[in-house]
Amino acid sequence: MTEELLRTPLYAEHLALGARMVPFAGFEMPVQYAGIIDEHRAVRTSAGVFDVCHMAEFRVFGFEAFDALQGLVTNDLHKIDEMSKAVYTVMCDEAGGIIDDLIVYHTGDLEYLIIANASNRAVDAEWIAAHLPEGVEFVDESDRTGLIALQGPEAVRIITELSGEEPPARFHIAEARLDESIPVLLARTGYTGEDGVEIVCAASDAPAVWRLLLSFAEVSPCGLGARDTLRLEMGYPLHGTDMDRSIDPISAGLSWVVSMKKGEFIGREVLAAIKEAGPERKLVGLSVSEGVPRHGYPVLHDGVEVGTVASGTFSPNLEHGIATAYVPAALAEPGTCLEITARRKNVSATVVRPPFVTHTSLSA
Amino acid sequence: MNPADLRYDKEHEWVRVEGDSAVIGISDFAQDQLGEVVYVDLPSVGDVLAVGETFGEIESVKSVSELFAPVSGTVVEVNDELDSAPESINSDAYGAGWMVKIKLADPAELDGLMSSVEYDAFVANEA
Repeated sequence: MTEELLRTPLYAEHLALGARMVPFAGFEMPVQYAGIIDEHRAVRTSAGVFDVCHMAEFRVFGFEAFDALQGLVTNDLHKIDEMSKAVYTVMCDEAGGIIDDLIVYHTGDLEYLIIANASNRAVDAEWIAAHLPEGVEFVDESDRTGLIALQGPEAVRIITELSGEEPPARFHIAEARLDESIPVLLARTGYTGEDGVEIVCAASDAPAVWRLLLSFAEVSPCGLGARDTLRLEMGYPLHGTDMDRSIDPISAGLSWVVSMKKGEFIGREVLAAIKEAGPERKLVGLSVSEGVPRHGYPVLHDGVEVGTVASGTFSPNLEHGIATAYVPAALAEPGTCLEITARRKNVSATVVRPPFVTHTSLSA
Repeated sequence: MNPADLRYDKEHEWVRVEGDSAVIGISDFAQDQLGEVVYVDLPSVGDVLAVGETFGEIESVKSVSELFAPVSGTVVEVNDELDSAPESINSDAYGAGWMVKIKLADPAELDGLMSSVEYDAFVANEA
């Protein structure tokens, strides 16, 4: 049974730009335009725009919205007590398995916006809605919401020009108007390691926003291919590849978004126990000597298979392969020498602590 | 269109005959399909290529493709520049992007390859 692929409001724009389209999370999405490496470099040196309209946006309102969400996510939402702040977190089930990773934005009094992975939209919506008390409203705004990421060292200057004012501070969200007409929310967040914004708009305005951004010569359209090389260089995990419901955040290297200082939340007990005992397997970064590591390739230690590649790609910045893999905790020390079996031969892979790339417009 | 002095196979490789030797590479259509080449895994001098069999691999960020020998022979030269500049295959598939030079085992095999006119038509059908 073939299911029809969905299209974002920018589908026609991608075709007009000559994008190569691929299925992703049930959508027909651009994997590249000019080429993955060119696009990656454009984001690291200038600016790139990404169609992320397929992602999920949920709004939660009510007197008990804070308490309800605090009980659902692992990070401490007191970090976003201040209006307009945002925080990255995961949401786990009772077994400590990661349902999704997402960002929660404090958008209003008694109101929160959640932006989550496109692939988990239905699961997240069902889970959150099922766990909210009476009186807390949940709205899945995804269908009527567009999301476009503008990322790169030139991004802030460009969005300032388009909106007539400085964007909000890092990890904050604010209303703005682009070209004196289009009402949007600007979130100073992103998945590339560069400074920039994620522009939340009405789905019907997405094409206009996209074209406004591309009217700048410094801005290049970028697809999912570059999105993957950029985020992997930063060591940002991808749900579905680096973690899923069978994996806990401690093993996935996300202990830093699991707050034991706050009260009860789903998965707390299991995660506390794992934190206490230490995880048996850990997600590590691997710097690869030759070839491109790919999902599923065996990872060896002293000739014995100890894991498989989770995420793998060629790093345009470093010009060699990089990967992530779950290995026994004893082999997770940076500097540990492992091997990856790439089809017919073994190549050496050294454990590194991400990020693989450290000098970006966010971290310079 | 594709250079007239070369011969081509269905796997989108080209062959430039130089006396009793042949230089092998991949066509412009092939490099375009692959995207930016980041690694090429080539044989060593002295290795034997058998027509139709794989002799190496070529990788882009998103894909890996096998290289199939368009003709049989023994490798006499390998383009080592591709180690540091694999993207030459994209920018100059018929020139700097050459991969290996072999001493032909059976020149009659060249008759099984396409001319540039035939290859142009073949690509037009594939695309």
